[in-house]
Amino acid sequence: MIKVQTEDFDLGAELKALTDGNHAIGGLCSFVGLVRDMAGGDKIGAMTLEHYPGMTEKELARIEAEAHERWPLDATLIIHRYGRLEPGDQIVLVAAASAHREAAFEACHFLIDFLKTKAPFWKLEDTPGGGQWVDARDTDDAATARWNLPSGKAAE
Amino acid sequence: MSAPLKLLYFAWLREKAGIGEEAVPTPDGVATVGELMDWLVGRGDGYAEAFSDRKVVRVAVNQEYVSLDHPVAAGDEVAFFPPVTGG
Repeated sequence: MIKVQTEDFDLGAELKALTDGNHAIGGLCSFVGLVRDMAGGDKIGAMTLEHYPGMTEKELARIEAEAHERWPLDATLIIHRYGRLEPGDQIVLVAAASAHREAAFEACHFLIDFLKTKAPFWKLEDTPGGGQWVDARDTDDAATARWNLPSGKAAE
Repeated sequence: MSAPLKLLYFAWLREKAGIGEEAVPTPDGVATVGELMDWLVGRGDGYAEAFSDRKVVRVAVNQEYVSLDHPVAAGDEVAFFPPVTGG
């Protein structure tokens, strides 16, 4: 399931709803991304997340479908917020549920790595020097690239 | 008369181009994304600045990532944006 929204989310309620009634699920793994208060050496007051409505949902659905192809998953969830967020706020939630923990852990990690380099979101940080667009990081590309192995498994 | 191209700009590309969305008739001689960028650069300062470093410009046609040699045709939605920074 994909949700792109301005509102905050309740982690417990979302995970409960995700697995509700499916007793084949033995493992549920989730990751929550939060807004940090520092960028480089600068203190951030807030940030604004812009996205590409339409393509965002398509890319997230594609990433989710790919996770289901790679692992035996019973349920997945991606929630990504946009708009104005403050330090400490939740930005993103990804979750993967499966019969066993290994698929849940790996799929969860895959979902957040791919989301960070594929989903069309952009962060504008409020710094003391004014608005600053966040630069993409090479380490994020590397994190995505290591999933592109023939076996579909992460590099050791 | 054929349908116009719908052009979208996001993040700092939008700020530099000075516009978020516009419709333009498919320019003569423009058959690919790269040629469309060349044409946009020729329109003025903001566009020239937005596309000054094409290594940091990502392009989507009809909401799918494409490379610079991808064709553009009347009615397409073409979006230009920086490398993404969500999550």
